[in-house]
Amino acid sequence: MRIRAQVCMVLNLDKCIGCHTCSITCKNVWTNREGMEYVWFNNVETKPGIGYPKDWENQKRWQGGWVRKKNGKIVPRQGSKWRILSKIFANPHLPEIDDFYEPYTFEYEWLQKAPELQAQPAAKPRSLLTGEVMNKIEWSGNWEDMLGGEFAARSQDYNFEGVEREIYGEFEKTFMMYLPRLCEHCLNPSCLASCPSGAIYKRAEDGIVLIDQEKCRGWRMCVSGCPYKKIYYNWSTGKSEKCIFCYPRIETGQPTVCSETCVGRIRYLGVMLYDADKIEAAASVENEKDLYPAQLGVFLDPHDLAVQAEARAQGIPDQWLEAAIRSPIYKMAVEWKVAFPLHPEYRTLPMVWYVPPLSPIQSAHEAGKISAKDGMPDVRSLRIPLRYLANLLTAGDEAPVATALERMLAMRAYMRAKSVEGRIDPSIPERVGLTAPIIDEMYRIMALANYEDRYVIPTAHRELEEDAYALRGSAGFGFREGTNGSSKTNLFGGAKRTPKKNPYMDVPT
Amino acid sequence: MNELLNQLAFGWYPYLAITVLIVGSIMRFDADQFSWRSQSSQFLRRKQMMWGSNLFHLGVLVLFVGHFVGLLTPINVFDRFGIGHGFKQLVALIVGGIAGIAALVGASMLLHRRLFEPRIRQSSSFGDIAVLVLIWLQLVFGVLTVFWTMRHLDGSEMVVLMGWANAIITFNPAAPSLLADVAWVYKLHIILGLTLFLITPFTRLIHIWSAPIWFLFRPGYQIVRSLGAVRRSPTKDIYAAPPNYGGTTTTRQQAESGEGGA
Repeated sequence: MRIRAQVCMVLNLDKCIGCHTCSITCKNVWTNREGMEYVWFNNVETKPGIGYPKDWENQKRWQGGWVRKKNGKIVPRQGSKWRILSKIFANPHLPEIDDFYEPYTFEYEWLQKAPELQAQPAAKPRSLLTGEVMNKIEWSGNWEDMLGGEFAARSQDYNFEGVEREIYGEFEKTFMMYLPRLCEHCLNPSCLASCPSGAIYKRAEDGIVLIDQEKCRGWRMCVSGCPYKKIYYNWSTGKSEKCIFCYPRIETGQPTVCSETCVGRIRYLGVMLYDADKIEAAASVENEKDLYPAQLGVFLDPHDLAVQAEARAQGIPDQWLEAAIRSPIYKMAVEWKVAFPLHPEYRTLPMVWYVPPLSPIQSAHEAGKISAKDGMPDVRSLRIPLRYLANLLTAGDEAPVATALERMLAMRAYMRAKSVEGRIDPSIPERVGLTAPIIDEMYRIMALANYEDRYVIPTAHRELEEDAYALRGSAGFGFREGTNGSSKTNLFGGAKRTPKKNPYMDVPT
Repeated sequence: MNELLNQLAFGWYPYLAITVLIVGSIMRFDADQFSWRSQSSQFLRRKQMMWGSNLFHLGVLVLFVGHFVGLLTPINVFDRFGIGHGFKQLVALIVGGIAGIAALVGASMLLHRRLFEPRIRQSSSFGDIAVLVLIWLQLVFGVLTVFWTMRHLDGSEMVVLMGWANAIITFNPAAPSLLADVAWVYKLHIILGLTLFLITPFTRLIHIWSAPIWFLFRPGYQIVRSLGAVRRSPTKDIYAAPPNYGGTTTTRQQAESGEGGA
């Protein structure tokens, strides 16, 4: 047993209001620079829709994630090592920037500087790649916001598999939900496996997956290797970049920027302990529907004294063990089973999990017909098809999603009885396999969602790894490269790649 | 004058170019690994990339290995194995010709998209374009030599060129004089080739050094980095033996709990 810890995230989709605050704050902190204009480490998609980049869930097209071979071993879907190397000169599965969108800005300055004209001055859009005027913007980072566009295009959504999608084009039947997405910081990352340079790595201490920018050579296999399309090629620096899980904040015990700024309080951060020796077997199970339970099997119970003793012996700090016991992630994912991995069928064992959203019942007319106990409708009569959620979260297995939704409905019914009618009804939690105290805790964590309950983040113990005595006073004026010399030319690396900018173009965003 | 030029170009320039190639590459790797990259433009425009890049790179790889083996192996080795000069010349001509034309077609496609695709043109540095133009010219000269080589299929000219390359490698001062009577197209090809060596450390060509064949030998697929490796290293075990900073030090954990820390 090799015990490692990871700081994981759960997103409660039932509370997401699709405000994009997470995306905007993330962008302002991390990707607001040249070469990264098109990049959203965190983005919020409206589902059903094809998403960002277009059609990202279709792995027949992009070849991301892993496949299980006949002998039971898994290999990256884009091929084993030699096949990946054979694609190095031109990667046939690499998306083009237009699959995300061509970044643009507007001639804002023209609005101020225009001389007297016959007509009002207009701010034309200009490409940030070429500086040329774009006559019509056809696609952008969130083009399908609030079900924008035709249903015919959005219905290409991969999660409609096994659902009669035509029905949901009708106005009366339509449904939507938000899906905020970021890097999954997988236990079995296929981006990492695809990197020929060995530049991508997972950190043993907190599980964050990072790209070593010094080691990346720009072979761009990770972009196609990641099934979530959460690795982005920076066309200016020629290196790939990805969500860093705000590791400088996590290390000091602060939540990530996207979590900190979430106005809906939907994000949770906490420690999970897992057994690194079980990863390969869990990712290789034959039936895709078994991947979700298999991943649950990789997690370790932090309450187990034997696990605690072994974790201590392997160097996991006490503070981390305590955080693992208090982890809201462990409660939602393992104890209450209301959170699920996104697309477990990619076999990457993702570590950003989702609580499925409840939705209104299909119609008032049907409401009279269906059996509703304590005001709890049958989860199969909810507007968002169960199969759709199952395709998203459990590789198509509807039972676990149904149980989770029932438990969330039970929480509402129980709390309504308790706070409105003033009666404790233990039969409600019993029906969904829970107890009254558990429901009370679910209510505290998931409904009230106080700051200290949402974010249980132990600090990194750098003092154990670094020699603070030697480091003191080492950060200051530019002792290292970059600031010495008065010449503006850089012998190595050449000029910075900056496309010609129109004088009226704003600072790139 | 002619003799001096000959000496400069084929006597001294090779050493300059190769020295700059090696020392410059090491200096760049040492100073600024962040700038060490292939700078692919496929992400900006896919068009012409699949055919262009594959033809170009595969062609150039064959040419590179062919030149390396064909020029640097002493001619005696071929003689010992009974490989006739005429036969070697013919093989070099056919294999090199096919690879050269493939690489030239690929380079032309790549140059076309670099110059005429606005996205790529706008995000190219001077060096990106210069490198591609020089390589394209080099391939043109290389393919042109075929017509001169056809005139002496016995391999006599080839043996002269091999002699020069061997003389350079063995620091033989007579090297430049060997090339005095060789056709101009070969001379241009050599000078341009050495120039490509010369500019490699300062351009994207450095990605040649990074051909990631080590990927094939990586055990498994996953990589995990741990700061704990430092922690557990015998020299830095802060619990077993606190480092001595000129006085008695005790780590805080030990001081507070009397035992080996969390």
